[in-house]
Amino acid sequence: MAKIKSLDDLRKIRESTSDLSSARTGQGTVVVVGMGTCGIAAGAREIMNSIMAELARRGITDVAVQTTGCIGMCEKEPLVDVIRDGSRVTYGPVTPGDVATIVAEHVVNGRVVDSLAIGRAD
Amino acid sequence: MQIYRSHILVCGGTGCVSGGSKDVIDEFQKELERRKLDKEVLVVHTGCHGMCELGPIVVVYPEGTFYCRVQKTDVAELVEEHIYKGRPVSRLMYAGSEEMPVVPHYKEIPFYSKQERIALANCGYINPDNIDEYIARRGYEGLGKVLSGMTPAQVIDEMKASGLRGRGGAGFPTGLKWSFCAASKGDKKYVICNADEGDPGAFMDRSILEGDPHCVIEGMMIGAYAMGADEGYIYCRAEYPLAIQRLKTAIAQAEEYGLLGQNIMGTDFSFTVHIKEGAGAFVCGEETALMASIEGRRGMPRPRPPFPANSGLWEKPSNINNVETWANVPRIMVNGAEWYSSMGTDKSKGTKVFALTGKVKHTGLVEVPMGITLREIIFDIGGGILDDKKFKAVQIGGPSGGCLTEDHLDAKVSYESLTALGAIMGSGGLVVMDETTCMVDVAKFFLTFVQKESCGKCPFCRIGTKRMLEILERITAGEGKMEDLDTLEQLALMVRTGSLCGLGQTAPNPVLTTLKYFRDEYVAHIKDKKCPAGACTALVKYSIDPAVCIGCTKCARNCPASCIAGEVKKPHVIDSEKCIRCGNCKEVCPVGAVSVE
Ligand SMILES: Cc1cc2nc3c(=O)[nH]c(=O)nc-3n(C[C@H](O)[C@H](O)[C@H](O)COP(=O)(O)O)c2cc1C
Repeated sequence: MAKIKSLDDLRKIRESTSDLSSARTGQGTVVVVGMGTCGIAAGAREIMNSIMAELARRGITDVAVQTTGCIGMCEKEPLVDVIRDGSRVTYGPVTPGDVATIVAEHVVNGRVVDSLAIGRAD
Repeated sequence: MQIYRSHILVCGGTGCVSGGSKDVIDEFQKELERRKLDKEVLVVHTGCHGMCELGPIVVVYPEGTFYCRVQKTDVAELVEEHIYKGRPVSRLMYAGSEEMPVVPHYKEIPFYSKQERIALANCGYINPDNIDEYIARRGYEGLGKVLSGMTPAQVIDEMKASGLRGRGGAGFPTGLKWSFCAASKGDKKYVICNADEGDPGAFMDRSILEGDPHCVIEGMMIGAYAMGADEGYIYCRAEYPLAIQRLKTAIAQAEEYGLLGQNIMGTDFSFTVHIKEGAGAFVCGEETALMASIEGRRGMPRPRPPFPANSGLWEKPSNINNVETWANVPRIMVNGAEWYSSMGTDKSKGTKVFALTGKVKHTGLVEVPMGITLREIIFDIGGGILDDKKFKAVQIGGPSGGCLTEDHLDAKVSYESLTALGAIMGSGGLVVMDETTCMVDVAKFFLTFVQKESCGKCPFCRIGTKRMLEILERITAGEGKMEDLDTLEQLALMVRTGSLCGLGQTAPNPVLTTLKYFRDEYVAHIKDKKCPAGACTALVKYSIDPAVCIGCTKCARNCPASCIAGEVKKPHVIDSEKCIRCGNCKEVCPVGAVSVE
């Protein structure tokens, strides 16, 4: 373990550990993966794994990833919702290949991916 | 670093551990591994959430869903439903009121909504065994700020401006106390943390040490810097093994980071800290006895002056503060004195942690702003009296405190107002009593405690409390005389004035306040030979109403003394001579035919 020799060293550790607390505040952008039976059958687990991998690859720690049950649009599963800046956009069906685009465009830059979006609630 | 989408926080406070939370943690880990979720969901043990009575507590983030009484057998369902499928399990949520039958989120539960958590800010929120989680929540930033930009005098001024007063009981202004020790000349000084916590029913300090040990260590370091000390002792009773274990881990981790040791954060400031395990004598919480105990001598108070600031541990200038006092210090340094003093009343600033126990619905640990009323604590936060019985009294301040009544429920909680009523803030024990509690019995309970814990140095405390106790024992046995009440008051005055330390000086308080506010109960015991609350066994009589009894024989079958006679379907009779007044018959009677008076 490196020694903490200054306030700056301390702040660096704090930044690298900020995920510990951000995951427990539930504020900021939220990504929700539909994990009802329909979602799971359509491959939602894989989508979840891709999202986690993509966030880790980009070192994003202030986004909360949640799961939810069936919302009734079973034929569009796997469904992924992005809640950002007060509005909620639903994407589906999402493939593992779409995840990087959704994260880069919507989660990071706030631009809705129109080609994949199927619903929006403000 | 690994990113987790969800954190499962399982309470690892003493209450929840005894409720099986360790098994719950293991089961979560197993279940997550089985479902291959262990790389995306983190299981953490935390300190106390305060709602001990509903433990083991589990909180799932990022949603902040609050689950109560979680058992090992519930874990599979929680993982499958909540973690995997995103469907929170309402069966395990907090059961609220009619308008809101289940309350899913932490912050919406009435128990928490009136609280203000400063000393307990991290309790139940971080893993106390991981220094990084403390740092993530601005831990050691107060120390960093102090070391990099404040002179010792500025630190003391900041403490004075905050208005923080000692949480160990007496409420002495902390900044002022520090200034005495800082001004004291000496090449060697000590800071001490008082974690003896001997009051019956109190567990505030234990919970802070178990849930957030680093904040106490950081507070001591800030104090040491301000006063020119380089060594500290934490005096913790050996009955707190979990607190001691977590402190040891915290110290080791802080040492590894170089936050304890020589030249901390590249400055001239050095600090080491030791843990001294106490054997749990109440009197060892008194500061001079505590220091004697650290030195390896018998724990007995000595006269002051000299005060510890001038001649303390090994006759060196020393400063002693309570756990909760120290815990507030880092937060004051990070957020500023103005922030802290914006809470509370004119002379009592900030918050106070209370251990709420007794006949109240939600027992547990609460932290409230000073100036809140007792009614808000007991009824809004505590949920009112158990089984909807009638409130009778609240004992505040432990054995040194007093009993307050219905009339005082709207009194604001502050050092001044409680003292004016004959009680004290004390360290934070709040024992709630209902109509079935006998106030003479309560006075006897606390007096028995101080009698046993008296170190014996002062005759008034040693012998006076003994004589007082004998009188109370007589009264509760139905053998009291009216003169006894005057004798009690006289003795109380003598014990109060003739004792050296706070133990004796305050020992009569429970007797005096009950005599003042519940004198009629004493009189009923003496004159009518009756215990109005039906609690003093020598004075109660059980009988069966023949008009109500259906002769089911249940009472007779459950009587351990075999003193109930009667034929099937005929009224039964209790033989008072043989009756041991255990109350079983009253409890099992299906028609309420048994009465007690
Ligand atoms: C009999 C007796 C027991 C005490 N027990 C404790 C205790 O358990 N914890 C504590 O902090 N203070 C206790 N005190 C008060 C201490 O003597 C001392 O005032 C306190 O630790 C100072 O810290 P503070 O200024 O932060 O409150 C006790 C005092 C007496 C007379």
